[in-house]
Amino acid sequence: MIKKEMIAMLLAGGQGSRLGVLTSKVAKPAVAFGGKYRIIDFPLSNCINSGVDTVGVLTQYQPLRLNTHIGIGIPWDLDRNIGGVTVLPPYEKSSNSEWYTGTANAIYQNLEYMESFNPDYVLILSGDHIYKMDYEVMLDFHKANGAEVTIAVMPVPIEEASRFGIMITDENKKIVEFEEKPEHPRSNLASMGIYIFNWKTLKEALIAMNEQPALDFGKHVIPYCHEKGAPLYAFEFTGYWKDVGTLNSYWEANMELIDIVPEFNLYEEYWKIYTKSEILPPQYIADTSVVERSIIGEGSDIAGEVYNSVIGCGVTIGKGTVVRDSIIMNQTVIGEDCELNKAIVAENVQIGSRVKLGVGEEAENETAPHIYNHGIVTVGEKSVIPNDISVGKNSVVFGTTTAEDYENSRLESGKTLIKAGE
Amino acid sequence: MPIAGSYRSIDFTLSNMSNSHIQKVAVFTQYNARSLNEHLSSSKWWDFGRKQGGLYVFTPAVTADNSNWYRGTADAIYQNLSFLKNSHEPYVVISSGDGVYKMDFNKVLEYHIDKKADITVVCRDMEPGSDIERFGTVRMNEESRIEEFEEKPLKAKTSTISCGIYVIRRRLLIEMIEKCAEEDRYDFVRDILIRYKDIKRIYGYKMRDYWRNIASVEDYYNTNMDFLKADVRDYFFKQYPDIYSKVDDLPPAKYNVGAHIKNSLISSGCIINGTVENSVIFKESYVGNNCVIKNSIILNDVYIGDNTYIENCIVESRDTIRANSHYVGEGEIKIVVERNERYVI
Repeated sequence: MIKKEMIAMLLAGGQGSRLGVLTSKVAKPAVAFGGKYRIIDFPLSNCINSGVDTVGVLTQYQPLRLNTHIGIGIPWDLDRNIGGVTVLPPYEKSSNSEWYTGTANAIYQNLEYMESFNPDYVLILSGDHIYKMDYEVMLDFHKANGAEVTIAVMPVPIEEASRFGIMITDENKKIVEFEEKPEHPRSNLASMGIYIFNWKTLKEALIAMNEQPALDFGKHVIPYCHEKGAPLYAFEFTGYWKDVGTLNSYWEANMELIDIVPEFNLYEEYWKIYTKSEILPPQYIADTSVVERSIIGEGSDIAGEVYNSVIGCGVTIGKGTVVRDSIIMNQTVIGEDCELNKAIVAENVQIGSRVKLGVGEEAENETAPHIYNHGIVTVGEKSVIPNDISVGKNSVVFGTTTAEDYENSRLESGKTLIKAGE
Repeated sequence: MPIAGSYRSIDFTLSNMSNSHIQKVAVFTQYNARSLNEHLSSSKWWDFGRKQGGLYVFTPAVTADNSNWYRGTADAIYQNLSFLKNSHEPYVVISSGDGVYKMDFNKVLEYHIDKKADITVVCRDMEPGSDIERFGTVRMNEESRIEEFEEKPLKAKTSTISCGIYVIRRRLLIEMIEKCAEEDRYDFVRDILIRYKDIKRIYGYKMRDYWRNIASVEDYYNTNMDFLKADVRDYFFKQYPDIYSKVDDLPPAKYNVGAHIKNSLISSGCIINGTVENSVIFKESYVGNNCVIKNSIILNDVYIGDNTYIENCIVESRDTIRANSHYVGEGEIKIVVERNERYVI
């Protein structure tokens, strides 16, 4: 008989639209992070390091890269005879076929998958956070309190608390009330979107609520359980946890890795983060290069100067090029004598020579100021930027661009140049 | 032995075999086999994890009538002869595990069939000035049949050497190995190639591409340093086909303030705080503040304390070098082994 004490359901279907062009072709969990990782590596590694060996990954938006990355789960030791990792896309049914319309709806559509493992507990995770967490400790807490639902929470500065779902607890960490993005928060404990449910509680709630459109954990399922009087507890987490949902927080989280002893340390033996590594040679640093305060992935060939940057695998940086405060993802090629300031350059981009990114005065982005801000220049994957082009701050380039696309070889700050679909 | 930052010498031969679509590979190990066995722990890196064929590792084993180490290359094959007998493939490729090269064995096999050879030996003309006396030298006639074969001659008569790569029919190999064993002979080169060169049709196949053998410290050092050249890196790492190796779960290399790197290869998992010039740094090494590493090879998982100066050296794997150390190889390459305790914070 198959029996797993706790299985994990990892929500990886969201687009993550606040990452702009970075997620126009890939789901957010598959976005590269920290030189060689992808965001989903963090929750997957946490699972296996916590002894959770059965993980259902719910995909929907642009799943190709994610599926290729996960494969049969070998890098995370999740290739198991029973359990392991299973990718769960939405599927057609004899009636009522639909996409995943909400976080809890996605889980509802996979009741059968969960049932097959006969679990006692189900762990709900989202695929867009950078953190190291032992889910087993959380499960112990859940059991010790006799909880039916445990929500992982994190203390945040009270002035930021209004951006989160806030839990109000009694002295035993029992949740007495909660508020979704309150204007005047009465507590600073923010929900991290990580839940442990008793299987029976979860199943009952999902079936009872399944008519609800866009069924969501925070908005519908948790309030339902609370109203029914099920004991809800808040598990306080104080380690490093970063939501990389916006370009600026994504940029910051990458930059935090290059501190001397970063708060989030990838170099510890304990609690390793696993990823699908390509077989790549070491990186070559040429005579003409300067590299300081940076991390650089395997197989890169650096002839230019790199400061305060995170460089992925197989990246080429030409002679005379100066890269500062930037993130360059895998297999991107940058020519000679370029200048990059605070740029996020996605995978497989080709940048010519004497190109300048992130120069000039700052100006608000014309099309999506809530996405492209903080002076960051963003270049989408597989883009091409020809020689001698200057690009200003808060601007976006995506697609195969030619010299004709730029006025006087310039893209002013705040401009958006998207030639997708070519 | 580790090569070029993140490879081991056996990766080259194994990758060549995998890329030549050879599906069944046996590795004979004896000397200090632990790290090799760890490296070969999974056959998936070279795509040998197949239902047909696969990767086999043979270490000397005690049986009822034999408790010997492998007494020679032919003996190693003899002690595992049942593997060959139970196979059904018509040809066998034999290669040493310490060559750094790329080769399509199918081309050698085509040549072997074309020449109707009994044994084909891969040969290479060595550049003037290379240490030819360390190898087996061969002299071929105009048809490429090998007429003379000398193992490590005192004075080499030709500049053509054997690369230690052979193609032979499986049944013939079994026959010859059995005959050798009956006569208490154990060495493939001396007791088969040299002894039978006038009876069997032994041909030489000339390879002209990059090939290095890392049998001596000097060769080992020079081969690693070759990878600092753009053309060598391009040949091995960028051109088809690829060289595969075991993948470790290591973070990218990290460069802190004070890192100065010139013309060097740095592998994943390294943390660099000092100066590194013209050197190859293998995986997971740490270079402390104010260190200077020049013209050196630092093997895997080495910790180098602050203010250390290292020039013309090879630092052994997993070593810990105390702060303020000073090592310079003068005239020759110095091998550094300190064996200090490491305090893990």
